[in-house]
Amino acid sequence: MSWLERIRPALSFLTKKETPDNLWTKCRGCGQMNFHRELVDNMNVCPRCEFHERIGPKERFQQIFDGGKYERLGIPSVTEDPLKFRDQKKYTDRIKAARGATGEPEAFAVAEGQIGDISAIVGVQNFAYMGGSMGMGVGEAFIAGAEAALDSRVPYVVFTAAGGARMQEGLLSLMQMPRATVLTSLLREAGLPYIVVITDPTTGGVTASYAMLGDVHIAEPGALIGFAGQRVIEQTIREKLPEGFQRAEYLHEHGMVDMVVHRKRLKAQLGSLLGVLTNAPAKAA
Amino acid sequence: MITYLEFEKPVAELETRIKELKASAGEGAVNIDAEVKKLEAKVEAQLKAIYAKLTPWQKTQVARHPARPHLKDITAALMTDFTPLAGDRKFGEDCAIIGGPGRFRGRPVMVMGHEKGSDTASRLKHNFGMAKPEGYRKAVRLMEMADRFGLPVISFVDTSGAFPGIHAEERGQAEAIARSTEACLKLGTPMVAAIVGEGGSGGAVALATANRIIMLEHSVYAVISPEGCASILWRTSDKAADAAAAMKQTAQDLKALNLIDVIVPEPVGGAHRSPQAAIKMLGDAVETQLATMDGMGTDAVRDDRRAKFLAMGR
Repeated sequence: MSWLERIRPALSFLTKKETPDNLWTKCRGCGQMNFHRELVDNMNVCPRCEFHERIGPKERFQQIFDGGKYERLGIPSVTEDPLKFRDQKKYTDRIKAARGATGEPEAFAVAEGQIGDISAIVGVQNFAYMGGSMGMGVGEAFIAGAEAALDSRVPYVVFTAAGGARMQEGLLSLMQMPRATVLTSLLREAGLPYIVVITDPTTGGVTASYAMLGDVHIAEPGALIGFAGQRVIEQTIREKLPEGFQRAEYLHEHGMVDMVVHRKRLKAQLGSLLGVLTNAPAKAA
Repeated sequence: MITYLEFEKPVAELETRIKELKASAGEGAVNIDAEVKKLEAKVEAQLKAIYAKLTPWQKTQVARHPARPHLKDITAALMTDFTPLAGDRKFGEDCAIIGGPGRFRGRPVMVMGHEKGSDTASRLKHNFGMAKPEGYRKAVRLMEMADRFGLPVISFVDTSGAFPGIHAEERGQAEAIARSTEACLKLGTPMVAAIVGEGGSGGAVALATANRIIMLEHSVYAVISPEGCASILWRTSDKAADAAAAMKQTAQDLKALNLIDVIVPEPVGGAHRSPQAAIKMLGDAVETQLATMDGMGTDAVRDDRRAKFLAMGR
């Protein structure tokens, strides 16, 4: 083994795989190979089976704001690794790796701009960053977004995606549930629309707090949405879960989300909803 | 029959000897009083030594001890005129969460909490303290009622977590928990939450978003069970002891992190050894905390709660 091969895995910035534009990627929905660029041009939705691939804040902001124009808001910095947590890896190393892989400081990004001519603050949770998990940083970013919406008296739109709370922050992560809920209550009292777009996957403490407290819940097709993880449920009841269990369509059927909306129609749907809820004059056809 | 925990073995051996001595004393005329007294003093010393340095994992086991005082013991000892109410008025009744109006040491309050049950039949009835959506929706109903009648809310938290099942998910477990947390925050009367055993994740938070949060000395409060955390981060639940330590889930750790207000001491050997003494100390602590909010108006009490949670971790 040469020295380069030995040292390579230890360098986090080298393990990051850039997908060149000429690569093909396998669709997680239908297993077909998609030309990467074609997939991106199709909003990261498989042109063959309509599978909605997970996307990060950059793509999301670009897709959702008018003309792809928006301004990022800074998110508060928080005490890193408050518990000095270490499992098989150090939490600080996991943070470093997540930052390297995503180029984002946290798993929640906030921006302001217009959606269908309506000013709004948009928060996007990033599954690629430690599974979107909710710790102090995500909680503070969510709160900062809500406060910005309150300050400017505009709607708050949040795209959720998370495996749940960030265990490496112990009870502090759990406390983000009531902390975020303080802000959803304030938005409600201020009469400002709070819209949640639930994307794949949204589970655990995130679902059991700000993802389920919106005025309107929109879900992306096929998104996994639930409180308990599927493996935990299977172990508890010792039987196979029904087909489509905890998917967006299932939640719609059971009255937990208002609509399941294809990514291509999402911006238009948000625009018309925000227009009505903010009492904006109707647009000329 | 006492359930001894793994690390209580030395105590178990001593107490067995005491029992044997007492049994043999019935047959002979030998005076064993002195010997029994000596052994009992040893038990006391052993318990004190063991319980003074419990590891986080051992504390988890104490918190889950089957003989630990449960909600029905607590309400029986601390409440009069307690009237448990049933149902969420939407779907059903969930006995994992029990609650209703009553008098706490004479004072009208709303009480609610998880009940785990104490034998096989009652454990099944109360679903081991794991609530379903209707349980949290009942809690919302109780809090809204407390608000209407100006009753302070006392909640006793003791759950391994919300129930993970198909029907619970189908009926919106996540939404029910979120709404219960929201109802806690909305409440216009003082609220004190006491973690008396296990504070398990979202299922606990839904009843613990209070102005004052107190914990019994050997209770735990965490985002996930040590077993769950270990199986995700260490890929084996055998590392639960490591996870319990890493997550800082004991009352002592959480007080140091400023996430809870008060630790209520337990009798030597844990609350399960002397439940009535433990419940009395718990009652005293709840009373003291309620008194700190006497005379606070609706807005003040709500602002206090919001500010408390926003300040956490900052």
